[in-house]
Amino acid sequence: MSPLGGKAVITGIGQSETGRRLGRSGQSLTVEACLRAIVDAGLEPDDIDGIATYPGALSPSPGFSGAGSMQLHDALGLRTRWHMGSAETAGQLGPVMSACLAAATGAADHVVCFRSVWESTAQSGGDRASAISRGPSRAGGFLEWVAPYGAMSAATWVALLCSRYMHEHRLTREQLAQIALTCRRHAAGNPAAVYREPLSLDDYLAARMISTPLCLYDCDVPCDGAVAVIVSRADAARGLRRDPLTVEAFGHGVSERHTWDQRRDLTTMGAHDAAAAMWAQTSLTPADVDVAELYDGFSYITLQWIEALGFCAHGQAGSYVEGGHRIALEGELPLNTQGGQLSGGRLHGLGFLHEACTQLWGEGGERQALRDVDVAVAAAGGGPIAGCLLVSRRQGRRRRARAHAPK
Amino acid sequence: MTTGSEPAERPRQRVLPAPTWESEAFWKGGFDGQLLIHSCRRCGRFFHPPAAACWRCRSTDVGPRPASGLAVVAAVSVNEHQWHPGFEPPYAVAIVELDDEPDVRLTTNIVGCAPGDVRIGMSVTVCFEDWDDVSIPVFRPLEEGRR
Ligand SMILES: [Zn+2]
Repeated sequence: MSPLGGKAVITGIGQSETGRRLGRSGQSLTVEACLRAIVDAGLEPDDIDGIATYPGALSPSPGFSGAGSMQLHDALGLRTRWHMGSAETAGQLGPVMSACLAAATGAADHVVCFRSVWESTAQSGGDRASAISRGPSRAGGFLEWVAPYGAMSAATWVALLCSRYMHEHRLTREQLAQIALTCRRHAAGNPAAVYREPLSLDDYLAARMISTPLCLYDCDVPCDGAVAVIVSRADAARGLRRDPLTVEAFGHGVSERHTWDQRRDLTTMGAHDAAAAMWAQTSLTPADVDVAELYDGFSYITLQWIEALGFCAHGQAGSYVEGGHRIALEGELPLNTQGGQLSGGRLHGLGFLHEACTQLWGEGGERQALRDVDVAVAAAGGGPIAGCLLVSRRQGRRRRARAHAPK
Repeated sequence: MTTGSEPAERPRQRVLPAPTWESEAFWKGGFDGQLLIHSCRRCGRFFHPPAAACWRCRSTDVGPRPASGLAVVAAVSVNEHQWHPGFEPPYAVAIVELDDEPDVRLTTNIVGCAPGDVRIGMSVTVCFEDWDDVSIPVFRPLEEGRR
């Protein structure tokens, strides 16, 4: 069962202005999102006693990090009991899991979790390629093994794995396209999305290749924006503005080697380890999930999450999404209801949890899933990097049930 | 997926690796025509990337050992986007599995043929590009019947 024991809840969410080349600093976007989340929860900045963020203040490429935990701390004059900021965790949602553990143990009452990017503005002097090539002249760390071969973008690393999956499991480009097309359809209902105009299968198939088999529309779009989520200790969340959402389980597991190319089965990813770890914490099952907000930094990663989380058997993700009906707003598994990062903009992970909460609170407006949303999954990361969260509105449901109970 | 382009030539520039204590042999072996892969002296098996211990048996009695240089393409992508000013697309990036130890894989380039002609399952053999103080292992298609 979950080490959280229902003691970590989400009480508020916030998103800054989001778009292309906003000409604003990462810190200003961060502050805007965090203040909005604090207000959304019905809290004051003085109530915040914890901070958690990915990846921390260090930015490997321009605009990748909008602010570190202590920059937010200083900007808002916070007084905290607990904080962290790191990329060495279960992907972009890892800090939220740390925040849940902090809240569940009472190390903090209200943790503001944030992720902010301003890549669109920071890289506006040139394209992403020039941003990458401005890096150090010698490649170290993981890049030592790929950058010398011109594989300096995750686009190529993901493309390699996708090529293997296509080879072994007969995934077609038309099937893969359903991720981009579905995201674009859903983005039409999201005023904050970067790309909202219709996208057709023909548009997709005619787009230029980035790294085969991935074309332009398989790659997410850099943007400026920040997202914040308030994780609270359940006992401290009583009487707040919203019905708290319960974090039922989290997937933080790594059970194979943490590399892009040495995993035993190249047609799986770290997502499979994280998802298995998440389901081991709960009696809920994939059949209980009402909406799925699954990382789409590259479309193929979303297919990986779909099968890793058990929505279909291994190797069947292509046929699962074929035609797009299952993953539409009216389908059995509404997917990336805000438009994902492919059309919504690369908010880099935390946007998926923000959207899961929006759907659980029934505030999706035009993009609200048609079914009742009681359980949502949010997942982020690709390749060896992976983390996922299962969130429910069971506490709110109990409260409503009590309110309607016969006297 | 054939692009119809000419065989990839040596790029004008590569982002060179910064060899570490563990990886130095891998990046220098090519000067002697050798693909040096870390292996374990206890269980006898290769592993990659090189590390201070064998991830299979946890022995620290490990070090570089020549591999045959023969491999099979396990995954391939024709990179069409220019990420680096000195590295002109298109070029074939591949994950290859070593004949010596099929679960040991290298991410590399396939040279000596059109990038679009590289296929999963294709047999390849190592060759080296010397750059300053490192010799970069890349692979080219193995002629029929040479295995
Ligand atoms: Zn060993």
